Amino acid sequence: MKKAIQGVLRLLVVLGVLEYAAAGNAETLMMATTTSTDATGFLDALAPKVKEILQIDLRWVATGTGKALELGKRCDVDILLVHAPRAEKEYVQHGYGVNRRVLMYNDFVLVGPPSDPAKVKGSEIEEAMRRIAGSKASFVSRGDNSGTHMKEIELWRAAGLADVPSYPEYLETGQGMMATLEVASQRRAYTLTDRATLAKFGEDAHRASSLPVLVEGAESLKNYYSLITVNPEKCPKVRAASAEKFTEWMVGPEGQAFIGAFRVGGRPVFLPDAQRRQ
Amino acid sequence: MGPFLEALIRAFRMILTVDPEVYSAVGTTLYVSTVSLVLSLLFGIPAGFLLGYASFPGRRVLRTFVDTLLSLPTVLIGLLVYGLLTHNGPLGRFELLFTVHAIVIGQSLLGFPIVTALTASAVEALDQRLRLTLLSLGASPLRRCATSLREARYGLLAAAVTAYGRVLTEVGIAIMVGGNIKWHTRTLTTAIALETNKGDFAAGIALGLILLLMASGVNAALYGLRKRA
Repeated sequence: MKKAIQGVLRLLVVLGVLEYAAAGNAETLMMATTTSTDATGFLDALAPKVKEILQIDLRWVATGTGKALELGKRCDVDILLVHAPRAEKEYVQHGYGVNRRVLMYNDFVLVGPPSDPAKVKGSEIEEAMRRIAGSKASFVSRGDNSGTHMKEIELWRAAGLADVPSYPEYLETGQGMMATLEVASQRRAYTLTDRATLAKFGEDAHRASSLPVLVEGAESLKNYYSLITVNPEKCPKVRAASAEKFTEWMVGPEGQAFIGAFRVGGRPVFLPDAQRRQ
Repeated sequence: MGPFLEALIRAFRMILTVDPEVYSAVGTTLYVSTVSLVLSLLFGIPAGFLLGYASFPGRRVLRTFVDTLLSLPTVLIGLLVYGLLTHNGPLGRFELLFTVHAIVIGQSLLGFPIVTALTASAVEALDQRLRLTLLSLGASPLRRCATSLREARYGLLAAAVTAYGRVLTEVGIAIMVGGNIKWHTRTLTTAIALETNKGDFAAGIALGLILLLMASGVNAALYGLRKRA
């Protein structure tokens, strides 16, 4: 018994040492981001580059945009990579964030069952939303205050509806985009998704055919991703210098080229767009 | 090829090719669950012993309270620990959020009531004549405790196995206060959650199989101890 306990303790010491040794010299930059940048493998591809070129050890927590902003407000992270322009601007106005820089975009698309019971294929997005609500067709919402969810609410409003629909077939998953696509596919429902996650979801041909793109291309469906540094005046422990270095690299030619070259299943998912300074 | 067969093949491939990501998650899982278990036992056994052995006013109420804590949802523990460790929280200045230490704190809170309740039960189940015999032989209080614990050792082992199982397989705490950060706080369970998010179900199942394999290894080791004891 004693020997066993000694063995366990020894193992703990070794593991503890390994944990610290792994930290290395690079400064850590803690990011809160959305599920799409993580689930597509974008950050997995980016992190080694950032470590090599900038000597920054990029770590991230992937969650919805709503929670990411909240983590920033509470000073628990250094930098945010999120996609909800309206909420972001408010966030910066309230002094929680600084140096907001648009980085890239992809777009939202409306997907749904191949049978298209609400007849939305090819229509304008506002008209499509009205038809879905009007025919009380199955619609799966993220319902998690994520960037995609905020965009969905915006689209219901733009379609002239007083509020988000509430009928039995309007389903809220409260989960990430991939899980929500899975639910939409299984329940033969419509849903709003970013194209990046849809590309990943559609790597399986069978699943791709279960959720064809029905409406796409409108300006209001563009999905802008921005970097925001958590305000160092409010959160003194923010690694502002690393955040600045990282942001400048991402909006610069090298970072933009990296974004443009990133592929999922042979297709680009994020389009670099750092010219739009705000 | 069905997803389960594919998962099985991928699990073997992950193990045999020493996939560094998988091994990192295995290492983190082993580290946090072991430290959490040791802490749970360190505090839970004395607490459970007192609760089962001593008699004091309010013991019943406390016992019920501890039993209730067995139903603590892991996401609630995660939220509590987040509230403690967040930058402006009471323990914020130690900067423990999104580290393995944060997971250890949460998982210890998860394991502690399990060890306490099961130790109390094991001690309560001891033959009353043991206590009387020890008393009549004039054994010192320390001696009485040690002998009683020794007699309850199978119960304690069961407590440790149960707590380890719970700590090893929970995901709510690890994802909320650990953050599922690759190479650092990604455990097997949070990796499964991520693979599910990515829509790669076969990879998720493969990681689940590795987790089960680990659990059976730990249990085999514990039962080896039981044979010798």
